[in-house]
Amino acid sequence: MAELQFREAIRAAIDEEMAHDENIFVMGEEVAEYDGAYKVTEGLLDKYGSKRMIDTPISELGFAGIGVGAAMNGLRPIIEFMTFNFAVLAADQIINHASKIRYMTGGQISIPIVFRGPNASAGQLSATHSVSYDSMYAHFPGLKVIYPSEPDDAKGLLKSAIRDDNPVLFMESEQMYGLKGEVSEEDDYTIPIGKAKVKREGADVTIIAHGKMYHVATQAAQKLSNDGVEAEIIDPRTVKPLDMETVVKSIKKTNRCVIVDEAHPFGGLAAEVGYLIQREAFDYLDAPVQRVTLPDTSAPFAKNLFDEWFPSPDQVIEAVNTVTYRK
Amino acid sequence: MAKKKEKNKDVTFTPTGTGIRSNGQIVRSTELPDPTEKTHKDLGLSDQDVVDMFEQMYLQRRFEERAMQMYQKGKFGGFLHLYMGQEAISTGTTYALNDDDDIITAYRDHGWGLVRGVSAKEGMAELYGKVTGCSRGKGGSMHFANVKEHFWGGYGIVGGHIPLGGGIAFANKYKQNGRVTACFLGDGAVPQGALHETFNMSQNWGLPCIYAVENNGYAMGTAVHRHSVGEIVDRADGYGMKKKVINGMDVFTVYEAMKEISEDVRENSMPWFVEIRTYRYRGHSMSDPMKYRTKEELEQYEKLDPVERVKRYLLDNDLADQDKVDEIQNSIEDEVMEAIDFAEESDFPDKDDLYNDVFVEDDYPFHT
Repeated sequence: MAELQFREAIRAAIDEEMAHDENIFVMGEEVAEYDGAYKVTEGLLDKYGSKRMIDTPISELGFAGIGVGAAMNGLRPIIEFMTFNFAVLAADQIINHASKIRYMTGGQISIPIVFRGPNASAGQLSATHSVSYDSMYAHFPGLKVIYPSEPDDAKGLLKSAIRDDNPVLFMESEQMYGLKGEVSEEDDYTIPIGKAKVKREGADVTIIAHGKMYHVATQAAQKLSNDGVEAEIIDPRTVKPLDMETVVKSIKKTNRCVIVDEAHPFGGLAAEVGYLIQREAFDYLDAPVQRVTLPDTSAPFAKNLFDEWFPSPDQVIEAVNTVTYRK
Repeated sequence: MAKKKEKNKDVTFTPTGTGIRSNGQIVRSTELPDPTEKTHKDLGLSDQDVVDMFEQMYLQRRFEERAMQMYQKGKFGGFLHLYMGQEAISTGTTYALNDDDDIITAYRDHGWGLVRGVSAKEGMAELYGKVTGCSRGKGGSMHFANVKEHFWGGYGIVGGHIPLGGGIAFANKYKQNGRVTACFLGDGAVPQGALHETFNMSQNWGLPCIYAVENNGYAMGTAVHRHSVGEIVDRADGYGMKKKVINGMDVFTVYEAMKEISEDVRENSMPWFVEIRTYRYRGHSMSDPMKYRTKEELEQYEKLDPVERVKRYLLDNDLADQDKVDEIQNSIEDEVMEAIDFAEESDFPDKDDLYNDVFVEDDYPFHT
């Protein structure tokens, strides 16, 4: 094991995969000469050269589509978006093309592509730079969506994503790039896509949280523990496919559930997981499922409003109190 | 203080595009350049090649005429965008390119499928949504594909496939396999941002791709001069891209130009922008009443019919006599009728097929 920053774990995954497959290349804004807008791809230009590390103009739709075309024709592109907020411009290529081409051609074409980059907010970047997109992309068949919370998951899951023959969206948090954690150095270390992980064991309540929200949930769980409430935290890691088996197993144990999601409430992952829990574990619930999400507003700039907007550990504690009927 | 401009009384948004179409007069951007004066021998085509070209174009024509009939009889649904009038482009290009060069196009794709190895049976079955169709009944009229023969398919989002063409070319350059990509689009896709983004990167990176507009005069019902300013082909200038305008009603002309251009692309790995001027006889799709154009205009183009033109060439140059032409036509008519029987007798996809081809793996845990 080695202690790596989140960005270093992602870089290690890309580096290791590029080293053994010449068809893998990285394309995006500032990925090469600039060494990556968030330094994820630092040093890779020196190592792999400008054939495989390709700077693009600010043309998200265009380079995403060129990536899809290259994947159709046998390459394995890693397309970096400077943030998924800008990738909205490329949504046609991801939603209308990457996800559907295999289906529309009756299985004639595979699209082994990874679209990756920072997702959601980084704090006080205002409305257009603070949106979380994992639920939106997970809505569309043909796409896999991953949003890891820790460096080790990031490495293992990204390696799996790069090897996957389907289009995969790999979301990273701008706020987490500097986060350190123990990362496996095993040869060929991969984590299967679609497997949730119980990251904290507890018997009193199940908290489901992924991406940045995992850390919010962890802070809440520590405070709750001081109060005598032991939360079990499940990180789905993969939004699609979603591992409900692990979730249901936990709820059968704790009988209570809080979902923490960095997205807006309407039609998001929290809404979906909430529905699935009532369908699959209704008889085991001692309280209605609660969720903590962003409000149904865009991100504000003002610091006080932003803090109010962003899900907090206190909101999670409040939701836990509700499902445990403690306060 | 700057003087305020006096307000106009009448504000209009009348297009000031490439010219004014009035009284059925053809204006620039749809004016046809002269066809080539070269004979098939000058172009290096054998007598048999010309017979084959005629056969291929006639197949595309009859296939669509019959498809239209079947559609009108309610035999199948969905969109049906007919290619009739444009067959010289698919055929001339395919003969000019190598068999392993790549082709991708938009939703007016039947002709491209047929000339790139989709059999009439597989094509008709696809229109019927049958499992025996070229895309197993999952794509329909807009998504013919035959990837084995390097035909990457038809795409239904206007302009959305332009970067895909660039990407296919990118991969060919990356792999240094010497293949040329030909990416066809309609004139309606020219104002899309996807085209401009792709052109910029293609020229910057030297992608071996021919971007070819099949300018048939109309983006759905909006005439070229109403949807675009300037000449379409001049879009290339802003990117320093090589360009050419071609008469798309003559298969030899398309063949000659695409041969030269593809050789240049192969040699220099730089893209081209080609505007091939043509005309579609039918509406944008079957629901189009074609109120935006005159009968006279249609008749004017029908006089230039590309299928008739090559047939006349065969007869005038004694490459085939009338009997031979009749024989070819009858045989194609039989082929198309058999394709209809095949499509009608074929099975729809199995219900489980709904879940096939979404992901590569067979055991993907679908959400319910």
